[in-house]
Amino acid sequence: MHKYLLRRVLVTIPTLVGISVVLFTVLALAPGDPFEELALNPNIPAEVRLNLRHQFGLDDPIPVRYLRWLTAMLRGDWGYSFVSRVNVDRLILQRLPTTLFVLGTAYGLALLIALPVGVMSAVRPYSLFDQIATTFAFVGYSLPTFFTGLLFIMLFSLYLDWLPFIYSTTIEASGMRWVAEHLRQAAMPIAVLGLFEAASLTRFVRASMLDVIHQDFVTTARAKGLTELRTILGHVLRNALIPVVTIVALQLPGIFTGAVITEQIFRVPGIGSLLISAIQSTDTPVVMAITFVYSMLVVVFNLIADIIYGFLDPRITFS
Amino acid sequence: MPIDEQELRHWVRRVVEGQASRRQFMRTMVGLGLSAPLVASLLATYSTAAAPGARSEPSAFTPTKRGGGGRLRLLWWQAPTIANVHLSTGTKDNDASRVVHEPLAGFNRDGELVPVLAEAIPSFDDGSLAWDGTSVTWRLKKEVVWHDGKPFTADDVVFTWEYAADSATGAVSSGSYQNIKHIDKLDEHTVKLTFVEPTPFWYDAFCGVRGQILPKHLVAEYKGQNSRNSPYNLKPVGTGPYKMVEFKPGDAALYELNPHYHVPNRPFFDMVELKGGGDAASAARAVIQTGEFDYAWNLQVEKDVLERIERQGTRGKVVIFPQAGIEHIQLNRTDPWAEVDGERSSLKAPHPFLTDLLVRQAYNVAVDRRIIAEQLYGAAGQPTSNFINSPKRFQSSNTSWEFSLEKAAQQLDQAGWTRGSDGVRVKDGRRMKIVYQTSVNPVRQKTQAVVKKAFEQVGIEVELKAVNAGVYFSSDPANPDTYAHFYTDIQMYTFGPGSPDPQAHLNRFVSWQIAQKANNWSGRNIVRWSNAEYDRLWKQAETELDPTKRAALIIRMNDLLIEDVVLIPVIWRNGVRGVSHTLHGMELSDWDSDFWDLAYWYRQA
Repeated sequence: MHKYLLRRVLVTIPTLVGISVVLFTVLALAPGDPFEELALNPNIPAEVRLNLRHQFGLDDPIPVRYLRWLTAMLRGDWGYSFVSRVNVDRLILQRLPTTLFVLGTAYGLALLIALPVGVMSAVRPYSLFDQIATTFAFVGYSLPTFFTGLLFIMLFSLYLDWLPFIYSTTIEASGMRWVAEHLRQAAMPIAVLGLFEAASLTRFVRASMLDVIHQDFVTTARAKGLTELRTILGHVLRNALIPVVTIVALQLPGIFTGAVITEQIFRVPGIGSLLISAIQSTDTPVVMAITFVYSMLVVVFNLIADIIYGFLDPRITFS
Repeated sequence: MPIDEQELRHWVRRVVEGQASRRQFMRTMVGLGLSAPLVASLLATYSTAAAPGARSEPSAFTPTKRGGGGRLRLLWWQAPTIANVHLSTGTKDNDASRVVHEPLAGFNRDGELVPVLAEAIPSFDDGSLAWDGTSVTWRLKKEVVWHDGKPFTADDVVFTWEYAADSATGAVSSGSYQNIKHIDKLDEHTVKLTFVEPTPFWYDAFCGVRGQILPKHLVAEYKGQNSRNSPYNLKPVGTGPYKMVEFKPGDAALYELNPHYHVPNRPFFDMVELKGGGDAASAARAVIQTGEFDYAWNLQVEKDVLERIERQGTRGKVVIFPQAGIEHIQLNRTDPWAEVDGERSSLKAPHPFLTDLLVRQAYNVAVDRRIIAEQLYGAAGQPTSNFINSPKRFQSSNTSWEFSLEKAAQQLDQAGWTRGSDGVRVKDGRRMKIVYQTSVNPVRQKTQAVVKKAFEQVGIEVELKAVNAGVYFSSDPANPDTYAHFYTDIQMYTFGPGSPDPQAHLNRFVSWQIAQKANNWSGRNIVRWSNAEYDRLWKQAETELDPTKRAALIIRMNDLLIEDVVLIPVIWRNGVRGVSHTLHGMELSDWDSDFWDLAYWYRQA
């Protein structure tokens, strides 16, 4: 087990270096620079822009810039933002709570819906409940979040005037009112993301349950005289969870990077909207930090998923 | 669109001064239910009441104490990322900074100076402005304190100059401070600026957006290379009406009332929230329809969409005000398709046909400015024949525009371009085919389509090209698609002077500024035009101190650009903002930040 872990961790190092090289090169080759608006202002001399490019090291060759970034990253220095002129880690930490709250709640909601609905659909396939659930899952999965987001805004903000559609981080209230206001403004983004995730997970849980439910060991479990509930939960669900765990584990890093589109629509100041604005203003250090952390999380969660398999299925050993 | 009193006053003034169409004004007023004689008398009795250098907002609101106004909610669809104007990367940052910081003087809608931290505006009469234009003395308002309680003095003014002019600081405002030779502190509240040479635009430094003064006692150690690491940039301390409480770069800024503000009984609001991000259309909805916010910045929304939002909304309105930016088409004087010494559009290869005045004139009359203004811009712009329209003293009345395809065809015939078998004009075996580029933007793409259609009717083949704005306006010397490379025959975007003095703006056409490989395309003369008379006029205007003579020089420069069809001015743009029905007191000015008079904004149902 320890040997296996060590080997897996060592393998990730070249993977991460490779990812960082690709990311950095793509970003360095992308056109544009952070000083676009300055160019059109006649009162800002061109030397100022050229000087800024030089100060930020944008004039150096790409390999030099990459090595500078890599050595800084190894020392724990994430670089600093060209446009805000503060350290990137500070920017990210400022956004993290909002992202974790909105996306964490949305994923929690998705699991709460998807597990019971998926299991019940699979236990009674082609029943009325299954038909309705499958239809909803199919519709929810087909509608992109930018569409449902706008639909929700039209309905709940413009038409019914119930909910605000702009997410504020500077709410002037305290105690329960503060909590209530937060939930009120987060309701739409959470619902949009949660329902979308729930739809895709439901389909997954159902399919994976159906794969297992007709296996011989399920019949054996029933023959042993176990109750239907224990059969489903203890024998079917546990085995059906393996592919579900994979997909959830691979989606979890997404909680960190945020939901780019949904955050943009509702002006949620999460990491996704930070990423978008950094890309738009060619703020390379910020883009680099977010994408790199994301790839790191993907690698780590892959590893975690592999380890969880071992607990779910004792036949899997690590060697 | 309902017109409030302030808008009406301003419009009347513009009509009286001959700046706006009298007929349009009459028609609108009559449409609003006023009788024609009444409208005429409205115009007749109007006199230019606003004295130069004052806020023209009528003082309908005279509070007897500060505060009590609750929260003011402002929505910017670009989010501020830094709150120090000297290190800003755009308007959003200038605005976030302007709430906290103040200049010595701001600019009102007509580009006139209004004292803020100055006791008065320097003038020749009291000797505070030198006759030879080499120095200016500013007297500062006394008993002004920074938000941390320290007094505001001449030292802060001197320091701000040292900070911004130091090239190691990397201040984007440095251009406004570099022509100052030295600043003498005459006493605690008087500074004397001495310029390198006679300077007609002496009100550049310490005025308007780039004039915001920084506190020496907090920023002194962050001058030069250190500037970028300063925590001050996100936690600024100023003299302004509101203090920074919290700043989240790229998201929001929260301010609270400054109880020691130097104007009595101001400001009105207890808190100000500046939220950033999203897009312009939904920002308009948040103010006009749902009323979640009180004010939305720069509603660059397509005409139809904006009109629909305004029709559906009950909580706010669209407010427009004149800006200085001109959407225009540039005609390349060099050949973008010939490569000489590793660069295209080289000075060594003149353009095969755009160097012919007749051809350029034909292009000029083939642009239908009226359709573009009415169908695509609506309230956001009007047709124009000038490159400089404001401030009014610099506006030329010698130019005019027309749309006539017959005339265009005639001029092309005259220039020797005859229609080939496919309808496209040919001369000496060369087809008249041009590439027309601009940035990606729905209104610009529609404008391109209108122009293309007219051009094709007179036998010019047009290929359209749209470049992502981030690329198009970047300063990357390695990218051939930037506006500065100008590797196409014609291109279109908006230029504005950015300050009430157009001198720096007009150097976009002087011969020593031609953008080329040798200067990494950082030169400003993108059209690569050179004209000895223009160069001479520009140099003369640079040091001409007599305002009347100077205005004449600037008007002549504008006329040269138009007569020689260096560019085709299309639309004179307006600023568009969304404002809640309950929010009043602002005089929006293109020459300064939206917040230049934020201390006077108030709410009244």
